[in-house]
Amino acid sequence: MGINKTYFSEMHMSEGPRAPYTGYEAWFANQNNARLATKAQEAEAFFRRTGITFNVYGQQDADERLIPFDLVPRIISSREWTKLSKGIEQRVYAINAFLHDIYNRQEILRAGVIPTDLIAQNDAFLPQMIDFKPPGDVYTHIVGTDIVRTGEDDFFVLEDNARTPSGVSYMLENRETMLQMFPELFSSIRVQPVSDYPKNLRRSLEASAPPGCSGRPCVVILTPGIHNSAYYEHSFLADQMGVELVEGHDLRVVDGHIAMRTTKGYKTIDVIYRRVDDEYLDPLTFNPKSMLGVPGIMDVYRAGNITIANAPGTGVADDKAVYSYIPDIIKFYTGEPAILKNVETYRCSEPQQLKYVLDKLADLVVKEVHGSGGYGMLVGPAASKQELSDFADKLRARPGNYIAQPTLSLSTVPIFTESGLAPRHVDLRPFALVSPKGVNITAGGLTRVALKEGSLVVNSSQGGGTKDTWVLED
Amino acid sequence: MLGKTAGGLYWMFRSLERAENTARLIEAGFRIALTRSTNAEAEWQSVISTLAAQQAYEAASDGYDSAQVVNFLLRDQTNPSSVLSIIKSARDNARMVRTALTTEVWSAVNETWMHFTQLLKDEIPQTELPAVLASIRQQSGLVRGALHGTMLRNDIYDFCRLGTFVERMDSTARIIDVKYYSLLPSPSFVGSRLDNVQWETILRSVSAHRSFRWAVEEDFTAPAIAEFLILDRRMPRSLAFSAGQIVNSMSHLAEEYSTTHPCNEMASALRARLVNRDINSIFDEGLHEFVSAVIDSTSSLAHQIELDYRFTE
Repeated sequence: MGINKTYFSEMHMSEGPRAPYTGYEAWFANQNNARLATKAQEAEAFFRRTGITFNVYGQQDADERLIPFDLVPRIISSREWTKLSKGIEQRVYAINAFLHDIYNRQEILRAGVIPTDLIAQNDAFLPQMIDFKPPGDVYTHIVGTDIVRTGEDDFFVLEDNARTPSGVSYMLENRETMLQMFPELFSSIRVQPVSDYPKNLRRSLEASAPPGCSGRPCVVILTPGIHNSAYYEHSFLADQMGVELVEGHDLRVVDGHIAMRTTKGYKTIDVIYRRVDDEYLDPLTFNPKSMLGVPGIMDVYRAGNITIANAPGTGVADDKAVYSYIPDIIKFYTGEPAILKNVETYRCSEPQQLKYVLDKLADLVVKEVHGSGGYGMLVGPAASKQELSDFADKLRARPGNYIAQPTLSLSTVPIFTESGLAPRHVDLRPFALVSPKGVNITAGGLTRVALKEGSLVVNSSQGGGTKDTWVLED
Repeated sequence: MLGKTAGGLYWMFRSLERAENTARLIEAGFRIALTRSTNAEAEWQSVISTLAAQQAYEAASDGYDSAQVVNFLLRDQTNPSSVLSIIKSARDNARMVRTALTTEVWSAVNETWMHFTQLLKDEIPQTELPAVLASIRQQSGLVRGALHGTMLRNDIYDFCRLGTFVERMDSTARIIDVKYYSLLPSPSFVGSRLDNVQWETILRSVSAHRSFRWAVEEDFTAPAIAEFLILDRRMPRSLAFSAGQIVNSMSHLAEEYSTTHPCNEMASALRARLVNRDINSIFDEGLHEFVSAVIDSTSSLAHQIELDYRFTE
């Protein structure tokens, strides 16, 4: 990080707590550190006993790890939230319009707003989706928009996560844990609830069922299985929604519909909330070696007999190269300027921008266009000379594979340590549900926090933790 | 319910039962090894063959000394039937069917797994072994208690119970089969030291050395012990008791699903061979033949259950 940079502190200003934190600060002043430390340990024991864990990829021992939970909440005022949720709704709307257009008339390409190559050369673009309209034209039923903050009024969208965003179980469990640990806080401070999420998710998925479905739609969650890093979340959501958690081998095509094998025979299902990537969804259409999907599901899908959420091929809207055009995409489909700003993004595919990126590599964050989870990225200011020069070689070899962004001065929220409060960088992932009936955004989301002092990487796979996120009532 | 879920519940409880039975067998073997060192090797050999682990054991070790056998049965991760492996598999199944379990049952299984992963990380010194074995039975009791105390009495519960009793049936039958010769009514051996040791071991293997004294008025005789283990319906690890529980769970399922399957008939046939008869008719049939047939029928029944309730495709 550059020297002398100051960060926006969400809890404190020099003259005292920021307005949203006044109630919390007053409560905290009367707490005893030893008691809080005990509470923190209790919370960890609870998470472990309940098995709220994630598996880390690329590690020798496939151990399950806890995502560390910090007991200081991240607090957002109702006014701030109103702006955020309007911005997210606008983005989500535009992304769905974009996907619909890309897979149908492609007006945005004809208008020259984005380059044709961006779509034509994109692995996430699925020809199988061309001329197909999912029920209600909804492509992204669940979106988890990553937002960072750098100042009082400066919010930026970092990623749109329109494929299969995860983390919502932590939003719910973190609140549950806070309610159990500090019930008194919630009677003195009015926090908007998040607990309706599973119910809303089920409603939203049911509302997206194929038009031919009669009776209450049968919804299931499709998981890759217990070894997937987010398996806990899959089973948690199935449990909370009261729907079956299925794997590929539980499903097959029966009479032109997808059906699950039950103890009483095959039962037709209408909506699949899949947590399996496009590539593995149907071995007959995509990766033939996939054991995670359902052979023939794409035919059933195209015949309109099953809803897949999110729709196959939505990834074309959330790679990091398309991301850089989202403000134009919003303008094109809504006629309005984007409410939430993008982070300035350099496309290494363009020679001018590549040159700039190579020059300034030590100040930038470079990401793979299709990457996620903090893997394969370079944080310039934290990298050694050797790492910088190795990465520069990669950039020159495959420039189109990368985008670069300035290192952001992410805001901080304190975490609890044995010696008291200490500021750490945070981001925010609210969750939006989209159905033909509209968009529903839960007030709050997942706050990820970089636990290491000075670190800007909040990903759980890279040592990040989480916080409960409060949106205050008016 | 998903077929896979039914299978996961069934296997989860088979595994937990198996872990507990293995612990009992080790306990009985260990006692012999401590008190009658001359017989120790033969005793461990019969423990290993009761668990049908002869091949795997002999490939991995030479000789049958206590430390080696105990290590293999308790904590060898390359042995798929070690207590540690079985508990891991029970917990994997529990994770898979988590939505079907109450929080209490899930936490009990998860804690059991956490407990033993820690406890069995290093080799267990002889002095610690009794405590470790006791804690296996304790944890198993914890899961069972959570199941009884918190689960709805529906098909989920029935598949759990089926797994428990199919495994127990198989286990008790194998214990009898490996030692069947010592249970034959042969007057010349009665009261000999060898028989007493064998009988005590058999009873300990099913935690019944005390209950036998209370339940059976007769002295320790081979036919009395055989009858207790095979036909006594008061004894929770006897073949007759296990068969009765299997039939009960299966008729609950038939009722709930309003369908009977081939496995219902097979279970009833199995139970019919264990009720309303006396032990002499079994000796006439041949104890070894009888018990082998029970083991085979149990295994066919288990296979049929998997088919009828569509555990897999």
